[in-house]
Amino acid sequence: MSAFAVRPDLSIGAWRVWQRHRDVLLQLWKSEFVAQLVEPVIVIFALGLGLGQFVQLASGEKYVEFLTPGLLAMFPMFAAVFECSWGSYVRLEMQGTYRAIMATPVSVDDIITGELLWGTTRSMMNGAYILLVAVALNPWYHMVDSPLAILIIPLSVVPGLLFSAISLCFASVARAMSQFSYFFNLVINPMFWFGGAFFPLEDLPRWAQVLGWFIPLTHVVNLYRGLIEGELALGHLGNLAWLLVVTAVFYWLALVGMRRRLIE
Amino acid sequence: MQQYPVEAVGLVKSFGSFRAVDGVSFNVLDGECFGILGPNGAGKSTTIKMISCVSPVTAGELRVAGMNVRKQARDVKSVLGIVPQEDNLDPDLSVRQNLAVYARYYGIPKHEALAGIEESLALFQLSERADARVDDLSGGMKRRLVIARALVHAPQILVLDEPTTGLDPQARHLVWQKLRLLKNRGVTMLLTTHYMDEAAHLCDRLVIVHRGRILTEGKPLALISEHAGDQVLELRMDAHERAPLLGEVQGIPGVAVEEVEDIVYVFGAPRATREIAEHVNDPSRAFLRPGNLEDVFLRLTGRGLLD
Repeated sequence: MSAFAVRPDLSIGAWRVWQRHRDVLLQLWKSEFVAQLVEPVIVIFALGLGLGQFVQLASGEKYVEFLTPGLLAMFPMFAAVFECSWGSYVRLEMQGTYRAIMATPVSVDDIITGELLWGTTRSMMNGAYILLVAVALNPWYHMVDSPLAILIIPLSVVPGLLFSAISLCFASVARAMSQFSYFFNLVINPMFWFGGAFFPLEDLPRWAQVLGWFIPLTHVVNLYRGLIEGELALGHLGNLAWLLVVTAVFYWLALVGMRRRLIE
Repeated sequence: MQQYPVEAVGLVKSFGSFRAVDGVSFNVLDGECFGILGPNGAGKSTTIKMISCVSPVTAGELRVAGMNVRKQARDVKSVLGIVPQEDNLDPDLSVRQNLAVYARYYGIPKHEALAGIEESLALFQLSERADARVDDLSGGMKRRLVIARALVHAPQILVLDEPTTGLDPQARHLVWQKLRLLKNRGVTMLLTTHYMDEAAHLCDRLVIVHRGRILTEGKPLALISEHAGDQVLELRMDAHERAPLLGEVQGIPGVAVEEVEDIVYVFGAPRATREIAEHVNDPSRAFLRPGNLEDVFLRLTGRGLLD
């Protein structure tokens, strides 16, 4: 099989890889979960309520309300990114996990797909938790306006896969752990700041808006904002289509990168 | 046509213009322990990687249990048990979980796997540490666990890539003991090593590889008597002392001499070497010992040879 083959060589093995990751998480849950549970709450209070007092939005809504879709897009993004960049690299190079699995009937494509499904799972768990926090705070701050917001949970599979795949692409070409600082600083950070999570892109100059269109997080935030406010338009379908196409491309790139890395 | 557990014909692996494996042919027979010996970089691990379908074959034929590694990778991998050079165990999981997770990759139902795992832990003397984290195990225990892991699916062929590299003598002997036990149970084994004593201990037949090619093939004892002689006399003598001795020895049939730095090696039949040893004035500088695979190996892979 060529490293550039488009059709992945998949089997139930991808699911076995997912199960392996689940088993490891069940061993490590104490150290893995606490940070992920506490951080979004801190940010809601610090940015939403602290900084929010000084922010006057043109739409008239409270800053913490504006921020909600961004939080729901951003933290799950980080969950996927950590799992499939740093986490995957440890499994690839430090622990030899991939090579151990390659000796079994599980294929490289199964391994990569299992990694992505796992990154997606972590991402979705994180998203569901933040939605729960937002809904719990609803009596005080109207963070969630529409019951359509529940659709975020199933839909978050798409950005989960996308951010996992982007990260795995980088992991497949990284030669040292220290190189991840490039990935975080040059790819993830700009996405974090300029993906429409913290301030509306509509008020920015035209070129910045065009740039924003190329940022995956922007489309996620747009989509989630529509669902949370209950005001869906055709443009949201466009966001979803954009995400699906780019996810497919990065899935393929992750497969190619890892096949080239693992098959000598 | 007879079906061999492993059959390689003119096997080649190239990386760019470098031929890591350069036309290697061998068969592994049912139930035997077959060794691939060679120095680092000889192409041993590359051969193993091709057999285990993680490195594509550049040219030649390679069959495992009658299956073509190019076309039936998943099927080939399901009949192989691989013991890699490095201990790539799951450090966050317990000993037992490592085996359970691995059994799942082979699609073994859980209840079936669990019974096998307990038996395997007992066999490899790991039962008491079944719930310990892998990080807390000694090097020898980790190695035994890697071997146990390679056996979770009862493979037809166990493939071991330098199974005892980096172990202390006690741990090594325990691993050897377990491998002999497996051999007695009829497990077919393919083993690479650069430890000659390991090969002598375990292998029924072996090939010696060097720079991607096979130099010789045979049973360990036959190779020793063919290439090294049954006895080896090591003489520590300076260059000026050697001349008379070398002149004398050269005429004796079946005796070979090799000079390496400050030592003269005399290879030959027991009687001839003993007589020469008696000739040497200072017995503390003459050391007579049986020939071994290391002699075969060093003679074949070359060091200024004098015949």
